[in-house]
Amino acid sequence: MQGGGSAVIDMENMDDTSGSSFEDMGEMHQRMKEEEEEEGEAGAAEEEDGEFLGVKGLRGQLGRQVADQVWQVGKRQASKAFSLYANIDILRPYFDVEPVQVRARLLESMIPVKMISFPQKIAGELYGPLMLVFTLVAILLHGMKTSDTIIREGTLMGTAIGTCFGYWLGVSSFIYFLAYLCNAQITMVQMLSLLGYGLFGHCITLFVTYNIHFHSLFYIFWLVVGGLSTLRMVAVLVSRTVGHTQRLILCGTLAALHMLFLLYLHFAYHKVVEGILDTLEGPNMPPFQRVARDIPVVSNAILNTTAKAVALTL
Amino acid sequence: MKRQIKVTSLFQMRDLKAVGKKFVHVMYPKKSSALLRDWDLWGPLVLCVSLALMLQGGSADSKEDGGPQFAEVFVIIWFGAVVITLNSKLLGGTISFFQSLCVLGYCVLPLTVAMLVCRLVLLAGSGTISFIVRLIVVMAMFGWSTLASTAFLADSQPPNRKALVVYPIFLFYFVISWMILTFTPQ
Repeated sequence: MQGGGSAVIDMENMDDTSGSSFEDMGEMHQRMKEEEEEEGEAGAAEEEDGEFLGVKGLRGQLGRQVADQVWQVGKRQASKAFSLYANIDILRPYFDVEPVQVRARLLESMIPVKMISFPQKIAGELYGPLMLVFTLVAILLHGMKTSDTIIREGTLMGTAIGTCFGYWLGVSSFIYFLAYLCNAQITMVQMLSLLGYGLFGHCITLFVTYNIHFHSLFYIFWLVVGGLSTLRMVAVLVSRTVGHTQRLILCGTLAALHMLFLLYLHFAYHKVVEGILDTLEGPNMPPFQRVARDIPVVSNAILNTTAKAVALTL
Repeated sequence: MKRQIKVTSLFQMRDLKAVGKKFVHVMYPKKSSALLRDWDLWGPLVLCVSLALMLQGGSADSKEDGGPQFAEVFVIIWFGAVVITLNSKLLGGTISFFQSLCVLGYCVLPLTVAMLVCRLVLLAGSGTISFIVRLIVVMAMFGWSTLASTAFLADSQPPNRKALVVYPIFLFYFVISWMILTFTPQ
C-alpha cells in the first residue's frame, strides 16, 4: 500500500468480472471509513505529539501504529479474561466422581470410624458437598414457608442461601485455620469436603422435622443423627491430629458449631419465632393468636414476656 | 469472497419463528437438535421476565417484603442455570455454555404455564381445593420441565454420570416450583 494510502483505491486490483464488484466497493468504502475513524481516534489521542511532527503522512503512519497497539493491548486483555474462564479446569479434578461413590460417601458420613491411630483418608471431592448445601437451601426454604416465617430485612431466598453457604465456607475456613494452629494434617479442600458431607445429617433431620412437628422427635434426631455425623467428623480429625490439647480444641469447636447450627436451623425457622417477631413489633399489634401445637402454653408465655422485656430495655 | 457488512435489525421475524419452534420442541421433547444447535437466549429472557412479573404482588401481611422480588427471581433463575451449566461441564459434558443455558431457560416454559394456571385458579378462590389443584398442576409441570431438560442435557454426558447431572436440574426446578406454589396474592 502506498504511504498514507487510506484514501487511494487501488484500481488495478478491481476485477470487473468478479460479479460482486459492487460489494467489493462497498466493503472498501467501509474499510476506508473504519480506518479514518481509527486514525481520527488515534489522532485525537496523540494531538500533543502531532504538534511537533507536523507532517501529515507521518501522522498517518503513527496513527496506524497507535491503532495497532490499541488492538494488541485489547486482544491481550481479552485473552487474559478468557484464560480466567478456562481456569474452571482447575476445579475439574474435584468433580471427578461416580454416582456410586457419592452414595457410598453419603452413607459413610453417618458412620463414625473406630480406628483413630492412623490418619483416615478423606476424599477431596466437591460435588457431593456442593449438592448437599443446595439441598439444605431447598429444605430450609420449604421449612421457612411452612412455618410462615416473615423476614423483615432481606428476602427468604437470600437468607437461606446466605446461611447455608456462609456456614459451609465460613466454618470450614475457621476449622482449617484452627487445624493449622493445632498442626493437624488436613487441606482446605478436604475440610470443605468433610464438613459438606457432615451436612447430610442436617438435611435428613430438617427434612423430617420440618414436616412432622414434634419437639421430642427433633431432639432425638438432633442427638442421634446430628451426633453421628459430628462423631464421624471428629473421629477423622482426631486421627489426623497429635496431642491431647490440640485434639480437644479442634474437635470441641467443630462439635459445638455443628450441633449448634442444627439447633439454630430448627428453631430460627420454626413457628415459635413468629410469636417473638410479632411481639417485638409493638403494643399496637394484635396478640399472637396461633399457638404452635407442640409448645406448651407456659413456655410460649415465658418467651413472649422475655421478648417484651428485652424490647423494653433496648 | 468477502461479503459486504450488512446492518440488520436486532430481532427479526425469522428469529421469532425460531423462538416459536423451540417452544414447541420443549412442549414435545423429542431428540431434536434445533434447541442445541442454534441456541438463542430470547426465549429464556421472555420466560424469565414473564415469570418474575407474574410472581409480583404476592405477600403475607407485611408491607415491605412479601413474595420474591423481581430481581430475586431473575437472579435465581440465571444463577441457578449458570451453576448447573458449570457443574455439567466440570463433570465432563460436551455441551457448550450457552447451549446449556438455552436449554435450561426454554424448559422453564411449562412452569410459566403452571404459574398462569395458578393465578387463574387463585382468582376463583384460595381454599383447600384450589391448593390441591395448584399442587397437582405445579407438580405435573415440574416433572415435565425436568424431563424435557434431561432429555436434552443428559445425552451430552458420559452414560454413567447422568444421575449426577440430573439431580441439580431437579433441585433447580424444584425451587422454582416452590416459588410458584407458595405464591399468594394480596
